[in-house]
Amino acid sequence: MEYIIEMLNITKEFPGIKANDDVTLQLKKGEIHALLGENGAGKSTLMSVLFGLYQPEQGTIKVRGEEVIIANPNDANELGIGMVHQHFKLVHNFTVAENIVLGYEDTKNGFLELDAPIKKIQELSDRYKLKVDVNALISDISVGQQQRVEILKMLYRNAEILIFDEPTAVLTPQEIEELMNIMKDLVKEGKSIILITHKLNEIKQVADRCSVLRKGKYIGTVDVATTSVEKMAEMMVGREVSFVVDKEEPKIGDTVLSVRNLTVFNEHIHKNVVTDVSFDVRRGEILCIAGIEGNGQTQLVQAITGLIQPTEGQIDILGEDITHQSIRHRNLAGISHIPEDRHKHGLVLDYSLEENLVLQTYFEPRFQKNGFLQFDEVRVNANELIQNFDIRSGKGPVTMARSMSGGNQQKAIVAREISRDTDLLIAVQPTRGLDVGAIEYIHKQLILQRDAGKAVLLISLELDEVMNVSDRIIVMYEGENVGEFDPAKVTENELGLYMAGSKRRKTA
Amino acid sequence: MNAILNYVKKNYIGFSVSVLLLLQVFLLPTLLGEEAAGGILFSIAAVGIGYFGYKAYLFRKQNPDFKAAESTTLVNILGSVIAILTGLLFGFVLMLIINPNQAIDGFFTILEGGFRNIESLGDMIYFSVPLILTGLSVAFAFRTGLFNIGASGQLTIGAFVAVYIGVRWGALADIHPLLHWLAAILFATIAGGLWGAIPGLLKAYRNVNEVVASIMLNYVAMYINTVLIRNFIYNPDFARALDIKPSAASPTFNLDLLFPDSSINAGIIVALIVVLILHIILNKTTFGYELKAVGLNRDAAKYAGMNAKRNIVISMIISGAVAGLAGALLFLVQGKHLTPVNTILTEGFTGIAISLLGLSSPIGVLLAGLFYGSLQQGGYFLQLYDYKPEIIDIIIAVIIYASALGLFLQKFVLKGLKASEMRAARQGPGDATGDTTEAEGSDDK
Repeated sequence: MEYIIEMLNITKEFPGIKANDDVTLQLKKGEIHALLGENGAGKSTLMSVLFGLYQPEQGTIKVRGEEVIIANPNDANELGIGMVHQHFKLVHNFTVAENIVLGYEDTKNGFLELDAPIKKIQELSDRYKLKVDVNALISDISVGQQQRVEILKMLYRNAEILIFDEPTAVLTPQEIEELMNIMKDLVKEGKSIILITHKLNEIKQVADRCSVLRKGKYIGTVDVATTSVEKMAEMMVGREVSFVVDKEEPKIGDTVLSVRNLTVFNEHIHKNVVTDVSFDVRRGEILCIAGIEGNGQTQLVQAITGLIQPTEGQIDILGEDITHQSIRHRNLAGISHIPEDRHKHGLVLDYSLEENLVLQTYFEPRFQKNGFLQFDEVRVNANELIQNFDIRSGKGPVTMARSMSGGNQQKAIVAREISRDTDLLIAVQPTRGLDVGAIEYIHKQLILQRDAGKAVLLISLELDEVMNVSDRIIVMYEGENVGEFDPAKVTENELGLYMAGSKRRKTA
Repeated sequence: MNAILNYVKKNYIGFSVSVLLLLQVFLLPTLLGEEAAGGILFSIAAVGIGYFGYKAYLFRKQNPDFKAAESTTLVNILGSVIAILTGLLFGFVLMLIINPNQAIDGFFTILEGGFRNIESLGDMIYFSVPLILTGLSVAFAFRTGLFNIGASGQLTIGAFVAVYIGVRWGALADIHPLLHWLAAILFATIAGGLWGAIPGLLKAYRNVNEVVASIMLNYVAMYINTVLIRNFIYNPDFARALDIKPSAASPTFNLDLLFPDSSINAGIIVALIVVLILHIILNKTTFGYELKAVGLNRDAAKYAGMNAKRNIVISMIISGAVAGLAGALLFLVQGKHLTPVNTILTEGFTGIAISLLGLSSPIGVLLAGLFYGSLQQGGYFLQLYDYKPEIIDIIIAVIIYASALGLFLQKFVLKGLKASEMRAARQGPGDATGDTTEAEGSDDK
């Protein structure tokens, strides 16, 4: 068997933790090899070792059968290893072609030579069916196309081995489909791919083999075709995982949140981003707003929580008009909010975990006396939440939020918001970027809240989540409410058509 | 009440030290006379070192797994120390080039600084006071995410108000001897605060960059100062402001007995009080919690319902007030005069440097200010060895550059610490996770 890359018995230590403990990864030529693991399992460390960003303490790396030392990313590039990062590294006001040649520019008499490279890029783009306009500015093309530019960049540098780091996190369902096809084509043309992900159905769809890491340790490599998704999930998490969300029939009570004719105008693009949206959320139900990213869901939630001001319409919570109230007032009136961007809004990354856990409550009598913070109470609160919500961190309450893993950061936010015990819980993409174990956990929490008689407003891009968790679905397309559905009576395909804007219902 | 009792219990050594200090500073010099001064200073230093040693020991005991590389504070402090060493080394090399014969003696003079004798120690403290205060002003704003480059203007306004009151309101001294001085520093503080509020308001409600606004206000303050001096308190014989009444000059509170012949006055006590107040505001109160949250992540602060706008304004008012106080203490000294010349007072900019060196923490700024004062004293005595005192300015400039390169230096320190810990802790991995180990969900890839 011919392996193009072999990482044998890699051990990489950081003070106090073994990020990779005797990990072996063997990539065959012409295969798509998935690297599966929870957040913090050591996938990124392993790939950083392969890409020359870290030096392993033990173990060897062989490329095409020869032992090599990869001291820095340039070495990796020369060996034909290319990485498509999760967050694209593109210059937004450069054209596609300029971005692709960046760092490998040809010059003619000191001037940038672009004609020949453009020809080469076009050849590559035809050959691998990566359609992009080489003369378009990056800022003008979609996220999916930007990813293609990243792939082209690797191909332009003659990369033979492509590493995709969670490539689907930012894509729409259609774009994911296209990416899967692109990956299959790349392999057909003789490239080899390592796919880092924790989305099991994607692995099932494209990967040939799958290696699983858990807490830095190598668990095993399986043949994807003959292994069930459940089995892979179990290998990753270390216990059985249920994909079906158990829930009882909703016991619907009175209205908590009522949104009437809400319109939000965006000054920058001179357009309504939310247009005339009305809905109610009642006690004991989970209302899900589905839609492809960027169809006004973010602005809708920000208008409800007070981060932006609506231009028209009214928002009532428990019968009180809060349309023009301050954020603090809204929070106290009964809104908890798990924000979309946990780094931007959800956490103060340079505050410790315990400080972050009182971000919404530090002013309450329990935590404050005469303006002085009660540090003992803050610590007690943190320990309670850490225990109840199983938030894991290096140093407990005093861990800096920045140094926690994404899943545990999210758990901290969920813990903080749920423990406030308000009437309405707004959760915006609460499971984004999390692994199955954490997703399962957060879904459970949402349903617990519903069953406790809270109103839950969930904004999600994941159709699975929409179908599984919600009691009622509203689809948003271009800022408008294009239809309301009962998850029991609608199919994913049907929803997809509404989300893509090709169908719409007259809203009442 | 209970809380206070608890605090005393937890910090009993701290309290006993402060009582001791009070005794020594105010009582013993009057009883024993001048000879006792040296012994007293020595005992203060000894008690202080003992206290911090005890604190460190307690900390070590409570945190057995403490790892130096994971403590940002420690790494930051080491970064500052390296910056200082770099600056001193650079100065030494410079002295070797200028005058190799005297270089070693001169260098030791610099190191000796204000600790040469009791008198120069007192002078060092006296010179440090305005620097500490302007440093605090910049540091406080910085902690809340604002860069107050206008400390100079706020200081100028404060200085004018203080001097004006010092010249004109002499009648206050008849009510109580301290009242005149207190009124002068109080109104100077208020004036500085109001001047600082201007960029704060512009920032909060019109989103004007506070750097631009406050730097422009430096010039406005400078010209206003000139006009007001000429119109209200001008002494045309010397082309400067009138002398302040003796009652408005900073009192000495017996500190002159402790530091005989030096210019020390009550300014240092005011500065220490301000250090304490700002330290408490930033680290113990909900107000400080809000201010820091706004500084670290304005979006998250807004999300949590904090009033970011109000906090920006208040933070700038406090920052300006401290700078105004610095201006008052700088000029409420007999023999020192405000002059109607159009130059910006440099103390405001020195404050930025001190804030940087002191890592924007009140206690750090106090130490950095004293260090700066010590260097200045060293520069003064450097003239004995045919060097120009400007060498000190160069050393300080290099230190500032090195601090600004702090990020790089910190990495350097971190690497060193990690390497030594790796060697020490090879056998038994703990459970702690460092920043750099795994951050798969984070943006900084």
